[in-house]
Amino acid sequence: MADHAGVAGGDEVDLSRRKFLTRATIATGAVGTVLAAIPFVESWNPSERARAAGVPTELDISKLDAGQMTTTVWRRSPIYVVRRTPDMVSRVAGHDADLKDPGSEKSDQPAYAKNPLRSRNPEFLVLVGTCTHLGCLPKQRFAAGELYPSWPGGFFCPCHGSRFDLAGRVFDGSPASLNLRVPPYSYPKEHLLLVGADEKGAA
Amino acid sequence: MAVKTTTGAAAPMPASGGAAKSGFWPWLNKRLPVDKFLADQVTEYYAPKNFNVWYYFGSLALLVLVLQLVTGIFLTMFYKPGETTAFDSVQFIMREVDWGWLIRYLHSSGASFFFIVVYLHMFRAFLYGSYKAPRELLWLLGMLVYLALMAEAFMGYVLPWGNMSFWGAQVIVNLFGTIPGIGPDLVLWIRGDYGIADATLNRFFSLHVAAVPLALLGLVALHLVALHEVGSNNPDGIEIKEKRGADGKPLDGIPFHPYYTVKDVVGVGVFLVLLAIVVFFVPTFGGVFLEAPNWEPANPMSTPEHIAPVWYFTPFYAILRAVPDQRMGALLMLIAVMAFLFLPWLDRSPVKSMRYRGWMSRTALAIFAVSFVVLGYLGMQPAEGLYVLLARIFTALYFAFFFLMPLYSWLDPVKPVPERVTYHAH
Repeated sequence: MADHAGVAGGDEVDLSRRKFLTRATIATGAVGTVLAAIPFVESWNPSERARAAGVPTELDISKLDAGQMTTTVWRRSPIYVVRRTPDMVSRVAGHDADLKDPGSEKSDQPAYAKNPLRSRNPEFLVLVGTCTHLGCLPKQRFAAGELYPSWPGGFFCPCHGSRFDLAGRVFDGSPASLNLRVPPYSYPKEHLLLVGADEKGAA
Repeated sequence: MAVKTTTGAAAPMPASGGAAKSGFWPWLNKRLPVDKFLADQVTEYYAPKNFNVWYYFGSLALLVLVLQLVTGIFLTMFYKPGETTAFDSVQFIMREVDWGWLIRYLHSSGASFFFIVVYLHMFRAFLYGSYKAPRELLWLLGMLVYLALMAEAFMGYVLPWGNMSFWGAQVIVNLFGTIPGIGPDLVLWIRGDYGIADATLNRFFSLHVAAVPLALLGLVALHLVALHEVGSNNPDGIEIKEKRGADGKPLDGIPFHPYYTVKDVVGVGVFLVLLAIVVFFVPTFGGVFLEAPNWEPANPMSTPEHIAPVWYFTPFYAILRAVPDQRMGALLMLIAVMAFLFLPWLDRSPVKSMRYRGWMSRTALAIFAVSFVVLGYLGMQPAEGLYVLLARIFTALYFAFFFLMPLYSWLDPVKPVPERVTYHAH
């Protein structure tokens, strides 16, 4: 400091000025660092290619027998499509008291699937087949009494034991807190299911 | 680097003795303080003379770190990240690269041995109160090493792109989805796709071979600098620096070299025998070190019947599954890991070592150790029936150890701590 005092022309170092400049430099550097980090952080977003591959997917449901399930893929998630028999539809009712979210108030589904059967057409159940707990694939346990005597039929996740009914609604005592997701979907033609797009457009 | 301040008896530095001396070594030492560094950190670094078997695991952890770096560098020469190439390239290493199976099994077994050694190293700190003042920061740096190691091990397990790799990644990444508000967007950002995919695998590869190892090396270096500043604790929990001889050296200290270098070499020998037994005879350790579903390629349309992480994560996994609510489960698991960080401030005992603590601290530690092992076992079992009930009981005991610690460590009837360390010459 002493070395520079003479050069600067004054006897005293202006500490408040130096402090201000130090802080201003640090602040500018910090802002610059944050701005420079943005491209690196955003490079982790889904790429254009990944987004393009996430377009809606079609499925011909005419060949699906009553009581059967088929699986298609949309956005790398399995989509379960179940053609429910009248008996399976009847087994969705009667156990609301055992469910965490019987009215699907907290769960994720389009408005047209926010009903007791969680579907546009009572016959066809369309679900994202990944457990709302931690993403495993629940397995079909459609027969009544298959897991225990009062079991009304539904899905069972082998990873952590979450249970869902034949409308994908989660039972009490499961680690999952929400019903299985219903993707946006529509029927552009009879027997043609379009997953990922509805009247509002593609998701 | 720590500067020696304790004594006038400075390090003998043959190089600095006379200007007349010449040759390569003095020339080198004038430009790079090799002799000074070795004296400060090794030949005149005084460690307590009463170390026991628990003091092998720090140097062994360093050894495994080197083993993992060397085998990892060679695996990277043959491994091809990418969802269509990863699984095949690991099979290529196992079947077609000369000695590839050995390098891969050393790396995969090395991961498990890393955690065995680190858990024993941490338990030593619990036994002798090594996390207490003045070693709080040493403990915190060690915990950061442990957290980095967990990230490193998790991402390494994803790379072979077997079916357990895939579903393990699915479960762990989805844990971030339980964070309120930003969860789903955060998961999408981590994966870089709508599911665990090529993008996820490639970024995990980059983090596993570059970013996290660099962080690990830096943290280990800081851990060692902090250790050499405060000095090692010992089984009696007595500060040897408080009792110095006329020469200023701790009365109960001995130079790290040759005394502990020689001792550690014995530990290295035993360790390498055990590692060789696993690598050559039971490389998968019955599905505990390498799980059977990982010999199937990743299949996003088929979850293995039973998902469990590798053994070193199962205690925390059992805690996650013990809670019938996803957000609470994830939160409890996070707290279970983070609780270790608060240990130096939870422990109110006036003494460090279990040797001089009373029955309360000893019982609590025993319960904790049993809980950790039982939870580790339960985390490998299916989440049903009695297993869930037991997981809940032992989760409660696990947390009781930490959260009741301020109480029992304060009430505990302690014994008087001797002036000098207990040591019996052999």
